[in-house]
Amino acid sequence: MTTLDSSKAGHLGDHHGHHGGSYLTPKGGWLTTVVDWATTVDHKKIGVMYLVAVLFMFFLGGVAALVVRTELLTPVRTVEVQATDAAGKLMVDADGKPVMKSVITGQWLGEMKAKIKGEELTSIDGGNNWYNRAFTLHGAIMVFMVIIPSIPASLGNFLIPLMLGAKDVAFPRLNLLSWYIYVTGSIFAVCSIIIGGVDTGWTFYTPYSTTTDAEYANVVLMVLGAFILGFSSILTGLNFVVTVHKLRAPGMGWFDMPLFIWAMYSTSLIQVLATPVIGITLLLLIFERMFKIGIFDPAMGGDPVLYQHFFWFYSHPVVYVMILPAFGVISEIIPVHSHKKIFGYRAVAFASLGVALVSFLVWGHHMFASSGELGATVFSALTFLVAIPTAVKVFNWIATLYKGSIALTTPMWYALIFLFLFSIGGLTGLPLGTLATDLHLHDSYYVVAHFHYVMMGGTIITFVGGLHHWWPKMFGRMYNQFWANIGAFTVFIGFNVTFFTQFFLGTQGMPRRYASYIDDYQIYHVISTVGSYILLLGFLIHLFVFLHSLVAGRKAPANPWGGLTLEWEATSPPDEHNFHHEPIVRHGPYDFDTTVPPHWDPKDYPLPARPKHAH
Amino acid sequence: MSTLDTRSGIGSDVPLWKRYAAGHHWRSADEEFDACTLGFWLFLATEVLLFAGLFCAYAMLRYKYPEAFLNGSSHLDWRWGCLNTGVLLISSYTMAASIRMFQLDRQAMGKLLLAITFACGIGFLIIKGLFEYTPKLSGWFISFDPALPHYLDFKNGEALGGLFVHIDGYGGKAPGQFFSYAFSDNPFEPLWWSVYYCATGIHALHVVIGMSLIAWCFFRARKGAYGPTHYTMVENTGLYWHLVDLIWIFLFPLLYLIH
Repeated sequence: MTTLDSSKAGHLGDHHGHHGGSYLTPKGGWLTTVVDWATTVDHKKIGVMYLVAVLFMFFLGGVAALVVRTELLTPVRTVEVQATDAAGKLMVDADGKPVMKSVITGQWLGEMKAKIKGEELTSIDGGNNWYNRAFTLHGAIMVFMVIIPSIPASLGNFLIPLMLGAKDVAFPRLNLLSWYIYVTGSIFAVCSIIIGGVDTGWTFYTPYSTTTDAEYANVVLMVLGAFILGFSSILTGLNFVVTVHKLRAPGMGWFDMPLFIWAMYSTSLIQVLATPVIGITLLLLIFERMFKIGIFDPAMGGDPVLYQHFFWFYSHPVVYVMILPAFGVISEIIPVHSHKKIFGYRAVAFASLGVALVSFLVWGHHMFASSGELGATVFSALTFLVAIPTAVKVFNWIATLYKGSIALTTPMWYALIFLFLFSIGGLTGLPLGTLATDLHLHDSYYVVAHFHYVMMGGTIITFVGGLHHWWPKMFGRMYNQFWANIGAFTVFIGFNVTFFTQFFLGTQGMPRRYASYIDDYQIYHVISTVGSYILLLGFLIHLFVFLHSLVAGRKAPANPWGGLTLEWEATSPPDEHNFHHEPIVRHGPYDFDTTVPPHWDPKDYPLPARPKHAH
Repeated sequence: MSTLDTRSGIGSDVPLWKRYAAGHHWRSADEEFDACTLGFWLFLATEVLLFAGLFCAYAMLRYKYPEAFLNGSSHLDWRWGCLNTGVLLISSYTMAASIRMFQLDRQAMGKLLLAITFACGIGFLIIKGLFEYTPKLSGWFISFDPALPHYLDFKNGEALGGLFVHIDGYGGKAPGQFFSYAFSDNPFEPLWWSVYYCATGIHALHVVIGMSLIAWCFFRARKGAYGPTHYTMVENTGLYWHLVDLIWIFLFPLLYLIH
C-alpha cells in the first residue's frame, strides 16, 4: 500500500507541502499494522472497517436470499403417487387397486437439512421450518446488520469530518467502541445462526418469538444481537449529531453544509431518538422468552399488539434511517456529475428534516389489520404526508439534471438507476398506505416487492453508487469504468427481473413467508429466481472491479469528478489528519457556476464535459 | 471522553487538571467541553425514551386492568418509597455540590461529596433490595419493618437472631409465571408485578451504572484530575445521576401513590 503515496499525485504535494503518508500507509510490519487498525481512532479507518464488516454481512444475507429464492423455484407440496416396487414396477394390492404413497416435492432445504443430520426427511414441516429460518436470517441480517449501518457507518464515518473540514468526529474513541459493539452484536447473531437459526421473521413478533420451536437460546441470542447493535447505532448517531454541531470548518454555516451532511444529521437524530425504544422492547422480549413475564402474552393478559406498536415505533423511523443517507448520497452524486448547482438546496435540506419528523408519526401503517378503524384511518392519512418531502427531493434532483453537463460515469448511472427504482418503490407504496387496497395487498408479495424496490433499489443501489463515487477518495485508486458500468446494468436488470415479477405475484394473492404455493405461480417464481442469479452476477462483477482497482487501479487524482465539497480538497487517499491546513469555506458546496473545483485538471481524468465556468 | 495528557506536565506538583490538553481535533478545551455536554444530553434523551417504553406498558396495562394494578400497588409501602425518594434527592444535591466544589478547586470537599453520593446510592439499593424486594419475593421481613406488626400473627420463622422474620404466605409476589402469592384477588396481578420489577429493576441497574461512574470520578479525583478548568467527567456523571433521580421521581408516584 506504500505505493499509494506516489509521485503521480505529486502536483498536490507541491501545492501543500505534502510530507506525511496517507491514512492507508502501514506503520510497520503486518502485526503493527493490524494492531494499529484494531486500536485506531481515525474516522477514516473506522469507516473502512465498517465497510468491510458490512460487506461481509451483505454476503451472508445475500446467500440467505439466494437460498430462499432457490427453494421457491419449485412449489413444496405433497402429492399421492402410485408406489413402485424394487424392480420399478407399479404396485397393486390384492384387489388390483393401485398402492398409493405420499411424496413431498420441492423439499430442497429439508433434504439438505436431513443430509446434514443424517436423517430421513419425514414431513413437509422439515422443509418449511428451514425455509422460515432462511428468510428470517435474510431479513434480520439485511436490516439490522447491512442496511442500517451501510451508508451512515461506512461512508458517513469516512466523509462527515472530511466534508465538514474537521480532523475527526467529535468522539473518536466512542466511534471505535461503536464498531466493536457492531461486531459483537453481529457475532451474537451469527452464533444464533450457527446453532440452528431463528424462524420468527425479522420482526420477532410475539407470540412467534416466544413460542416457536426454534431452540430457546437461538431466539434470545438473535434478539440480544439486535439489542447490542442498537447501542452501536445510538452511539454513532450521537457522535454525528455533535460533530455536525461543533466541528464545522470556519466559514461553514448550516446552509453551507453539503446535503449529504443534512441527510446524515436527520438520520442521526432518528437513530438517537428511535433506537432506545427498540432497546426496551427487545429487552422485554428477552424477559418474556426467558421468564414469561407476560406483558406481551395474551394468555396472561398481556398484549401482543403492544409489542407491534413498540416494534414499529422504532422500526418505521428506522426505514428512514435506511433511506435518508441514500438521499444524501444522491444529492451529492447528481450535482457533481452534472456539474450543476443543486436545484432547491434549502428545500432538499428541509425535506430531510421533514422526513425525519414525519417518520415518527406513521408507525401504525404497519398494523392496519390489527388496529381499530379510526386509528388505521389516522395513520393512513399521516402516511401520505411522507410523499411530500420525498417528492420534493425527487423533483429537485430531476430539475438539477435538467440542462446540466451530465457525465455518464458509474456513480451517475447508479443515481439514475436509483431515481428509476425508487420512484417505482415510492409509487407502489401508495396502494399500501390506502386502507381499502391495503387489505387486499398486505402480507403479500406485493409488499415484498415494494420494500425491496425502496430498501434495495433505494439504499443498496445508492450505497454501491456512493462507493463508486468516493472509492477514489477512500483508496486512492480509480477503477475500470467500463466493467463497473457492465456491473451496474447487470444489477439493474437482475433487480427488476427479480422484484417486478413479485408485484404480479402479490396482486394475484401469493402471501409472503410461505415455502409452498399453487402451481399457477411457479412461472413467476422461476423468473424471480433467475433474476436473483443475475443480481448475484452483477455484484460479483463489482467485487472483481473493486479488487482489480485495489491491486492494479490507476492512481486517483485528488478530485476525479470535479466536486466542490471539502473532501475533494484533501489528497486521495487523505492524510492521517485529513487536511494540511484547516480549510476555510469560501464557496457553497454546489456553486459550479462560479467556482473552479479544487485540484481540477481535466487531463487527470477525462470527463465527457467540462464544468461551466463563471460568465 | 477526555484525554489526560501527562506528557506536557513537567513538575509532579502541577495537578492533573492543569495539565489537561483537549483532543487534537478540537480548537479549544471549551469547545470540547461543550461537545461532551451536548453529546451527553443526547444520551440522556435516549435514556428517557428507553424508560418511555416501560411507562407506556404501565399506562396501557393499567388502563386494561385497573383492579389488578390497584391490588398490586396496595402491597407496596409508600414509606419505603418515600425514604428512597429522600435518599436520591439528597444524593442529587451532594452530586451537584460536588461539581461546584471541583469548579472552585476545593478538592477535599468535592471528594467527600462524591463519597456521600456513592453512599446514598448504596442506601437506595439496600432499601430497594432488602426492605422491598426480599419480603415480597420470599416473605422474609427485616424485624424493624414498620409494616411487620400487621402480619405478626402469621410469623413462622426467624433468622440471624431475630433480625429477619418470616411471614407465612406473604412471599411469592414475583413477576409473570413465577407469581405464586396465594391470596391474590385478581388473575392479572402477575402483570402488575412484571411491570413493577422491570421498571424498578432497570432503574436499579441505572443506579448501579451511575454509582460506577461516581466511583470512577472519585478514583480520578484522588489523582487530582478535576479542577476549575477541567471537570467534564464529573459534570456528565452529575447529569446522569440527576436523570436516575428524575426517573425515580416519576416511578415513585406511579407505583406507590396512585390508588
